[in-house]
Amino acid sequence: MPDDNSRAVDVLVIGGGNAALCAALMAREAGASVLLLEAAPREWRGGNSSHTRNLRCMHDAPQDVLTDAYPEEEFWQDLLKVTGGNTNERLARLAIRESSTCRGWMRRHGVHFQPSLSGTLQLSRTNAFFMGGGKALVNAYYRSAAALGVEIRYGAPVDRLEVADGQFQAAWVGKERIAARACVMAAGGFESNREWLREAWGQNADGEWPADNFAIRGTRYNQGVLLKQMMSAGADFIGDPSQSHCVAIDARAPLYDGGICTRIDCVSLGIVVNKFAQRFYDEGEDFWPKRYAIWGRLVAQQPGQVGYSVIDAKAVGRFMPPVFPGAKADTLEHLARQLGLDEAAFVRTVGEYNAGCRVGSFDHTALDDCHTEGVSPAKTHWALPLDTAPFYAYPLKPGITFTYLGLKVNEQAAVHFAGRPSRNLFVAGEMMAGNVLGRGYTAGVGMTIGTVFGRIAGAQAAQAAMNQGVHHAGA
Amino acid sequence: MQALEQLVGQARDLADGGIGLSDKEAEVGRIMKICNACRYCEGFCAVFPAMTRRLEFGKADIHYLANLCHNCGACLHACQYAPPHDFAVNVPQAMARVRGETYASYAWPQAFGGLYKNNGLTVALALAGSLALFLVLALNFAGGIAHAPLSGNFYAIFPHDTLALLFGAVFAYAVLALGLGVRKFWREVSPGSFSGAATAEAAGDVLQLKYLDGGHGMGCNNADDAFTLLRRRFHHFTFYGFMLCFAATCVATLYHYLFGLHAPYALGSLPVLLGSVGGIGLLIGPAGLFWLNFKRHPLHGDAEQKPMDRGFIALLFLTSLTGLLLLALRDGPAMGLLLAIHLGVVMALFLTLPYGKFAHGVFRTAALLKWSIEKRLPNNLQLGSE
Repeated sequence: MPDDNSRAVDVLVIGGGNAALCAALMAREAGASVLLLEAAPREWRGGNSSHTRNLRCMHDAPQDVLTDAYPEEEFWQDLLKVTGGNTNERLARLAIRESSTCRGWMRRHGVHFQPSLSGTLQLSRTNAFFMGGGKALVNAYYRSAAALGVEIRYGAPVDRLEVADGQFQAAWVGKERIAARACVMAAGGFESNREWLREAWGQNADGEWPADNFAIRGTRYNQGVLLKQMMSAGADFIGDPSQSHCVAIDARAPLYDGGICTRIDCVSLGIVVNKFAQRFYDEGEDFWPKRYAIWGRLVAQQPGQVGYSVIDAKAVGRFMPPVFPGAKADTLEHLARQLGLDEAAFVRTVGEYNAGCRVGSFDHTALDDCHTEGVSPAKTHWALPLDTAPFYAYPLKPGITFTYLGLKVNEQAAVHFAGRPSRNLFVAGEMMAGNVLGRGYTAGVGMTIGTVFGRIAGAQAAQAAMNQGVHHAGA
Repeated sequence: MQALEQLVGQARDLADGGIGLSDKEAEVGRIMKICNACRYCEGFCAVFPAMTRRLEFGKADIHYLANLCHNCGACLHACQYAPPHDFAVNVPQAMARVRGETYASYAWPQAFGGLYKNNGLTVALALAGSLALFLVLALNFAGGIAHAPLSGNFYAIFPHDTLALLFGAVFAYAVLALGLGVRKFWREVSPGSFSGAATAEAAGDVLQLKYLDGGHGMGCNNADDAFTLLRRRFHHFTFYGFMLCFAATCVATLYHYLFGLHAPYALGSLPVLLGSVGGIGLLIGPAGLFWLNFKRHPLHGDAEQKPMDRGFIALLFLTSLTGLLLLALRDGPAMGLLLAIHLGVVMALFLTLPYGKFAHGVFRTAALLKWSIEKRLPNNLQLGSE
C-alpha cells in the first residue's frame, strides 16, 4: 500500500455543502490545517445547500430579520410534532440552542440575512432567510475558507475510507491516498443514487419500481458512498434506511437540481386526480405548508407515480406561480384530452366533486367551512366547485429532497462504532440529520442541523488532530 | 408523457401570449417565470420585487424590468439555476440584451435606432466628424491652429456666439431625442400617478446608485462572486464629475450673458474650480469603469454591447483629459489645437448622448421612478407557498 503522508493534513473535510464548510471554517479558525474535498466540479459545488433558503432559529426576542420570539420549547415542540417523536431530545435541544447564537459567526463569514420572502410570511418569525438563497451562502463560505487558507479541491469524490479500530486513517480519491489526523464527513445522503433509491422503495403490487419515476430535487452528487463505506466499517446507524423526504413536484422537473421552483402550490385550491382521473386524498386536509410534504408519497403510491393538480380560473393569483405553465383549456373535456386522461372519467370525477361542494365563506388563510359531502375522499376545506373556465392542470411526480438514514452521533458529532465514539472521525449534515430529524421536516431545520453539527464537528476534529500532535505520522 | 409534453408545450405558447416578443424578450419572459417561482433574489434589487407583482410578462413588463436591472450580477452568482443548469438562468445577461433592443426601439427619430447597434462606428464617425468640424472652423475663423500665445482667450479662435449656437443646438437636440424616447418608454407601462415621496425616493436611488450596493451594502459583483463597491464608486466619480463639468459650463454661461464676465476665467474662479474638480472626477471614474469593464465576469451583461460601453467611457475620459490639458496649456501656443480637439470630443459626446451608452442612465432613472410609483400601489396577488 502506498504510504505517502506528505499530504497529511490536520483535518480532512469530505463534502462541500453547508455542514462541510462550517466544519472546515471552524477547524481552520481553531488553527488546524484543513483540506476540503468536494466531489462536484466547482460550478456544481455546495450540494443541496445551494437549493436552501433559510435557517430555523431559536430566539427569545425580535432579532434583526426575525420577528417576535421563537423560544427553545416551542422549537422543540415543533420538532417533536413533525418527527412524531423520532428524535434525540439531547441532540435536538443542542441544535436548537446553538441556532440562537450561530448567526453572528455566519455573518462574519460573509452570509447576509434578509426578512422572509414574499409568500413566506408564515416563516418570518421562525426562519432567517439568506439573502440570495443557499448558493449565496455557499459562495460566501468558500470565499471565507479560501481567505483563511483552507485548501479546496473540486471534482474530488472520495470512494474509499481507511478506518482501523474506529479511527480514521485516510481517504482515497481514485488512486490517491489522503491521510489526515482527523476527518469530518459531510457528504450528504444517498438520494441521488438511483440504484439504492430503487432498492429502498422496492416494487409495488403492479410490478412498478416507483423510484424510477422520481426526480431528485437537489444535487446529483449525493451518491451515499461514505454511508456505504461506514456500513462496511461497522459504524452505528440511525434512521429508517428506506425513508426519504418526498414532495409532489411538477412532473416536468429536471431529473436533478429542480430545487424550489418546481413545487406546485395549488393543490389545496382544487383537486388532484391520478392517471385514471380519480381523486385519492383530501386536498384540503390542512394548510398547504403543513401538507406539501405528504403529497410526494401520496403520488408515489398512485399508478405510474403521477397525479394532476386541477384548478379553475378562481384560483389564479392565489398561489405561488409555478415554473412550468399549466395545461389550460376552456372545457373540462379539453383539459382531460390535453392531459391524456379519460375524458368521461375526468368529467365525472369533477362533476361528483362539484355536486358535493358545500360552499360557505371561502378563506384560504383559515381552515374554512367550504367542504364536500357525499364524496370520497372528502375535501374538508377550501372546497369550491371547479366551474369557472379556463381550467388549468399541473402534472405531479414525487421529488426526493433528502434521505433520513444517518450515522449515530453524540454531542461531539463523533461517529460511533459498537456504541463507542471514534476519537478522530466526525460527521455532520444530512449524513447524521436523522439523529434529530428521524422523520418529517419543517422549513429550515436541515440548515440548522448542518450548521450546528458542522461547527461542532469542525471544532472537535481540530482538537482531535492537534492533541494528536505533529509527530503522529497518520497511517 | 411525450404527448402530454407536446400538448402542454402548445398550451404554453397559447397561454403565454408570446406573440410579438423578440427572441431576447422571450428569453427574459422565460427566465422571469422561473425566478417568480423561486424568489430567492428578492433582497438584491428592485427587479425581483417588481417581478413578484406580476404573473405574466408581456412586452412592456419586460422592457420595464430590463431597464430596472442594473446588471450588478448578484442574482447570477447566487442563482441555483445559472448555467450549467438546464434552466440556464442568467438574469443580468438576458436583461442587458433586451435593454440594448429597447434603446434602439425608443430612439428618436426611429430610423436612428441602428446607431445603437453599430455603436463603435457611431462613436468613431461622430468623433471624426466633430474633430474635422472644429479644425476646419479654426482654419476658417483663425486661419489655422498655430498662433501666438493668447492668454487663454478661446474666443480669439472660435467666436463665442458660434460656440454657443453649435453646442446649444446639439444639446437641445439630445434633450429632445432622449425626452421623446423616454416618453415612449413611460407610456408602455404607466404605473400610476407621481407623488412627492415616489419622486424623492427614485431621485435618491439614482443619486446614490442604491442598487449597486448588493442589497446588503457590500456592493455588486464584477469579476467573480465577491462583492465590490468599486463599480458604484467609479460611477459616482463619473456622474458627479460630469455634473460638475456641466455646472462649470452653466456658470460660465451665466457669467457671460448675465454679468458680462467673459472668459478666460482665472484659475480660482468658480467655472474653473468646478471644471477642474469635475474633470479630475471624470478622469478617475471612466478609467476605473474601463478597468472594471475589462475584468467583468464573461456571463455578466451583453458582450455585444461592450463596444458601446467602452466607446462612451472613452469619450468621457477624452473629454476630461483634453479639457484639463487645455486648462494647463491655455496660455501657450498649443491652445488653438487643444481647444479644437477638446471641442471636437465634447461635440462627439453630445451628438452621441441620445445614441449611445448615456441612454442607460436616462432609461434606468425612468424605470426607477416607475418602480417607486408602482410599489406604493396595492398588490392584488395573494400568494402563499410552502
